[in-house]
Amino acid sequence: MLTEITRKKIDGELKKFPIDQKQSAIIAALQIIQTENGFLTDDLIALAADYLDMPKIAAMEVATFYNMFELKSAGKYKISVCTNISCALREADDIVCHLRKKLNINFNEVTKDSKFSLKESECMGACGGAPLMTINNHKMYEHLTPQKVDQILEELD
Amino acid sequence: MLNNNSHKASINSEVFPICLRTSNLEDSSSLQTYLSIGGYEQIQRILKDKISPEKLIEEIKISGLRGRGGAGFPTGIKWSFIPNDSDGTKYIVCNSDEGEPGTFKDREIIKKNPHQLIEGMIIAAYIMGAQVGYNYIHGEIWEEYESFEKALAEAKKANFLGKSICGLGFDFELYAFHGYGAYICGEETALIESIEGKKGQPRFKPPFPATYGIYGRPTNVNNTETYATIPWIIQNGGESFANIGVENSGGTKIFSVSGHVERPGNYEIPMGMPFKTLLELSGGVWKGRKLKAVIPGGPSTPVLPAAEIMKTTLDYDGLKNSGSSVGAGSLIVMDETTCMVSTLKRLSYFFYEESCGQCTPCREGTGWVYRVIKRIVDGKGKPEDIDLLLDVSKKISGRTICALGDAAAVPVLSFIKHFKDEFKYFIKNGKSMMDANS
Repeated sequence: MLTEITRKKIDGELKKFPIDQKQSAIIAALQIIQTENGFLTDDLIALAADYLDMPKIAAMEVATFYNMFELKSAGKYKISVCTNISCALREADDIVCHLRKKLNINFNEVTKDSKFSLKESECMGACGGAPLMTINNHKMYEHLTPQKVDQILEELD
Repeated sequence: MLNNNSHKASINSEVFPICLRTSNLEDSSSLQTYLSIGGYEQIQRILKDKISPEKLIEEIKISGLRGRGGAGFPTGIKWSFIPNDSDGTKYIVCNSDEGEPGTFKDREIIKKNPHQLIEGMIIAAYIMGAQVGYNYIHGEIWEEYESFEKALAEAKKANFLGKSICGLGFDFELYAFHGYGAYICGEETALIESIEGKKGQPRFKPPFPATYGIYGRPTNVNNTETYATIPWIIQNGGESFANIGVENSGGTKIFSVSGHVERPGNYEIPMGMPFKTLLELSGGVWKGRKLKAVIPGGPSTPVLPAAEIMKTTLDYDGLKNSGSSVGAGSLIVMDETTCMVSTLKRLSYFFYEESCGQCTPCREGTGWVYRVIKRIVDGKGKPEDIDLLLDVSKKISGRTICALGDAAAVPVLSFIKHFKDEFKYFIKNGKSMMDANS
């Protein structure tokens, strides 16, 4: 079952839509659940679907379509690096190489201690700050250099 | 009815902030700051004086404002499409799902001046008779989604949103909606599907959103910058706005400059400014290098070589005459060391990754294009690959429900058109022309 806190948060989102259009809150609901759990399981997606009175398959379609959702166990800190054109031109490759070496993992892998996972991302819409990355989807770091990356990672427990 | 202050700006050298006019003020995003520059006065004046929607639409038509999301459709005309005789709920939607590589202006508006966007949406709602609005915000700019929620709460508390705005009898609710990582949701019908809680797969048009949008109701979708411009136009008059720009391109436009410049960032400038001037404003090409090429409006607009873009002005006609387009105003600057083949590989991967999979030519074609370019970059290209790339791209274009397929073909066709020698060199030598001396 979804926790009370989760349900309360989803209820807050439901206020944005007509009462007979609960499905509109599915992206928000899955986001809330993922933020609490780290990633989405089939069971969690089914719970979200039930809560919004929608078919499970429709919720699964959403979970698999939007690429900020994680369907496999991610690290405690999921690092997503943009490698699209504006970041690539500002040497995002160096950031990726540095992270791969430092964490000893490739894209879509998790470190042995489960602390970090690494993901390649498409354009994040903040290209003036290239190169950039997000941690756990919601915190963005801009104007990266390998030194700055080291500093950011050191500050995470 | 409307003030006719004349606004003059030199299109030769100055920024002219309209959407970003609070940027240099302290606490620029707060309600207090927006009120200090006359914020929310226009919507109050409209409601108090009962200015008719027709008059307001006329003013917007005079301003020459065109949709700032990329399509460039005249805003005044678009707003007259919403049927004003229909009962029931009508929606207006702000498209802040900025995922076109090189575009980051909407984020800046939300971050620096959210209340002007909110006022613009209230005015739009009044004009079109909409009761509910959503601002659909790109998932990756999460901090801006949260800050916009705060701005909404401030506006609601001050009775600029909700029941009977400022006690003047007009109701309008506005909500923030976040995406979660899908470029295609920047397409307006995919965005509508997404708001309905579905995969973001574009709908067939017609019916257009103006008659059949969210939950089948009349819906108007515009870009963030378009809405944020409205309060200024209503305050100063359409003519003042038109006078800032050039013929056919009224007003100012935010150009997002990224890539190989010294000072990447957003520059809100009068339409018609020479590209050369904007390049200087953004500090010139970085590291003292020479300019090679520029994608002027995001990857769905054709790349232009340095010689061409350096004599171009930044407006709808100027860029069209140069063989490209304003798009979303996303200038991606490339210096002389840039390998155009590898750059095209990255762009092609983007379209392949973001194709929603609904239409076969796009789903399969983008994959083909990516794999062929990848094989060239891997040193396994064949002489016939250039023709193959052109052929596949032309077969995607015009054969899909939405414009993503057309967009995917644009970089392939334009990169090969202008830099064919680099592609030939890569295929022949198995390495980039940029590595020729190494």
